Amino acid sequence: MADAQDLLPSEQPVRLLDETGRPVAGAALPFPTADRLLAAYASLVVGRRVNDQAGALVRQGRLAVYPSSHGQEACQTGAALALAEGDWLFPTYRDTAAVVARGVDPVEVLTLLKGDWHAGYDPYEHRVAPQATPLATQLLHAVGLAHAARLRGEDTVAMAMCGDGATSEGDFHEALNFAAVFKAPVVFFVQNNEYAISVPLARQSAAPSLAHKGVGYGVNAERVDGNDTPAVLAVLDRAVAAARAGEGPQLVEAHTYRMQAHTNADDATRYRSDEEVGPWVARDPLLRMEAYLKRKRLLTKARRTEFAERAEAVAAAMREGVSRDAEPDPSELFAHVFSTPTPQLREQAAFLADELSREGS
Amino acid sequence: MATDPTKLSMAQALNRALRDAMAEDGSVYVFGEDVGPLGGVFRITDGLTAEFGENRCFDTPLAESGIVGMAVGMAMNGMRPVVEMQFDAFAYPAFEQIVSHVAKTRNRTRGRVGLPIVIRVPYAGGIGGVEHHCDSSEAYYAHTPGLTVVTPSTPHDAYHLLRESIASDDPVVFMEPKKLYWGKDEVDPASPAPGIGRAVVRRPGTDATLIAYGPAVSTALEAADAAAQEGRSLQVVDVRSLVPFDDETVCEAVRSTGRAVVVAEASGYASVASEIVARVTERCFHSLAAPVRRVTGFDIPFPPPKLERFQLPGVDRVLDAVDDLQWEDQ
Repeated sequence: MADAQDLLPSEQPVRLLDETGRPVAGAALPFPTADRLLAAYASLVVGRRVNDQAGALVRQGRLAVYPSSHGQEACQTGAALALAEGDWLFPTYRDTAAVVARGVDPVEVLTLLKGDWHAGYDPYEHRVAPQATPLATQLLHAVGLAHAARLRGEDTVAMAMCGDGATSEGDFHEALNFAAVFKAPVVFFVQNNEYAISVPLARQSAAPSLAHKGVGYGVNAERVDGNDTPAVLAVLDRAVAAARAGEGPQLVEAHTYRMQAHTNADDATRYRSDEEVGPWVARDPLLRMEAYLKRKRLLTKARRTEFAERAEAVAAAMREGVSRDAEPDPSELFAHVFSTPTPQLREQAAFLADELSREGS
Repeated sequence: MATDPTKLSMAQALNRALRDAMAEDGSVYVFGEDVGPLGGVFRITDGLTAEFGENRCFDTPLAESGIVGMAVGMAMNGMRPVVEMQFDAFAYPAFEQIVSHVAKTRNRTRGRVGLPIVIRVPYAGGIGGVEHHCDSSEAYYAHTPGLTVVTPSTPHDAYHLLRESIASDDPVVFMEPKKLYWGKDEVDPASPAPGIGRAVVRRPGTDATLIAYGPAVSTALEAADAAAQEGRSLQVVDVRSLVPFDDETVCEAVRSTGRAVVVAEASGYASVASEIVARVTERCFHSLAAPVRRVTGFDIPFPPPKLERFQLPGVDRVLDAVDDLQWEDQ
C-alpha cells in the first residue's frame, strides 16, 4: 500500500517560469533541454494558429462549431510532446491542438466539426484515439489499451486527457480506480480551465485540488501551472517515465484558463466578468515562453520567422482543406455499422440509393 | 476440443465455449465481477482462472462502466474481451459505454477501429430472483445500431452462438436466459449450429406459428405440446438472433401456417416482440388469416418473486392467444 503522503500533489502547482517568463528560484524539477523547449515553442505557435484559424472558419460557416483551447496551448503541446511514438493519446473535443501536435493532419481532425463524418483520422496511424465527446468515457479506454499493452509486455503509455468538469463523471473515478488496481501505465492529464461550459470549478469539486483526488485511488498525483510550458513538459515527462517504469498510473492536474467561450455557440459574458479574464491575458503561455527563450537567446529572429511561417502554412492548409466542398457519400452511412452489413441495412441502403436515383433523374 | 456429443447444462456449455475459445485464441480475455476464483455467480467462468491464469480471466473492481470501458480499450489494442455483467439490471451503469462507444466506434472511425467485444448478460426471470435480477433488457440493445444481439435457448446453441460471438469482429450483446442455465441437453462442439443472424424452426407444425426467443422458447414448446394433445399443430420458431433478424426464416414459417403468435417475456410496449409483429405483418400480410398476436410481459416493473408467475407468459396465455387467431373464419 502506497503511503498517502507520497501520493499527494505539491502544495502549489509546479512552476519553472514566473508570469513574466523568468525562471523561478528553487524549482522542483530541472528544465527540459533547449532543443525540447524550442520544439515545444514551435508547437505552441502552431497550436495557437490552429485555434485561431478554426475559430475563423466557424465564423465563415465552414465549421459547425469549435471548442477552442486558446490559452491552453502549453498543455496541448505538453501532452503530445511527452509521448513516445509507440504511446497513445486519448484526447477530448477541446484537444484538437494536441492531436495536431501529435502529427495528425488538422483537416482530418476537423472532419467532425466540418460535419463530413465523426472521426476523420485513422486512430492507428498516429496512435491517437478519436476525440471523445462524452465526458471521461475515453479515460477507461486508455486504461484498457494500456492494460492490454502491459499484458503483452509492451512499454506503451496512454495519455488520457480530460477537463475539470469531467472529473465529476463516474467514469473518471472508475478509470482512476481500475488503472490503479491493474497498475495500468496511464497518465491522466486534467486540464483544469476553471469552467465546464458555464459552471465554475467550485461547483464541480470541493477537493483541495483535482490532483488531490488521486490519493483516494492510490494514484500518484501532481499539479502544475498549465500556462508554464517548461513546467508542463517536465511534470508530464516525469509522469510518463513513471508510468512506463511500471509505477502505475499518474494523475496530473494543470491549472489553466479557458480564454474563450466554451464554443462559438456559448456566451461567456453571462457567467464571468472581464475582471476575471483580464489577469489571465498576461499569463498567456506563448508570451511567457517567448520571453524566456528570448532572454536565454534561444529564440533568434530567424527561428521566430521560421516557426511563424510553419504555423501559417498549417493555417493555409486548414483553410484550403476545410473549404474544399467534397460532399460526403450517403451510401457510406450503411458501410461501417457492422463489419458486414446486415440484410436489414442492405435493404435500407438500397432504399436510399433508389430514392437518390429518383431525385437525380 | 471435445468432439463427442455430451449432455451439458447451458451453464456448462457456455463454460466449455469460453474454455475452447481461450485455448484456441490467445487474444480472448475474460473479466468481470467474481468471474475469477469464484467462477462467476452462475459458474459460467468456472475454472478459467485456474486453467489460463489470472491475466486471461480476472476479477475487476465492481463497476460495470469500468468493465465495458476497459474492454473497449483492450479491443482497440488487438484483444477479444468477453465481459460478464453479473445480472441484467446491473449492466445499466455500462449503458453509456455500450451505446456511445461499443456500438458506434466502428462507424465513428469509418471501419478503422472494430471492437470485437462480447458482453454477456444473464437476463430475464423465472428463477424467483428479487428486484434488479430479472429484467428483460434486450430491447435496449436491439434498438441500438451497431450491436449484434443474440440469445440461445438450448445448450448446443449456447455453445456455438458464444463461440461465434467471440469470433465475430463486431460487438455482441450475448443475452443468457437464466432460467435455462441448468437444463441439460446434448451439445456437440464439432457440429456447428446455424450462425448468428439465423432463426431455426424448433418444432414443425401446420396450424399456427409461435415465434419466441430466449426464455420464451421453452414456454412455446410446452404450449405446442399441449396444443398437439388438443389436435392443433403448432410450429415453433426460435429467433436466436435478435440483431441481425432472420426475416427469411421467420416469414417463411408464418406463411406456411398463416397464423402467428409472438411469445416474449419482456414488457410488450416498444419491444422486440412488437418489432417482430410489425415485420411479419409488413411482409406476410396476404398470407395471414388473422392479425399477429403478442403474448408478452405486462408493462410493469418486474414483479417480486411471489408475483412473477403473473408476469411471465405461460402456456395458458399462449394457447388463449392461439385460440384468438380467428379460426371461426376458416
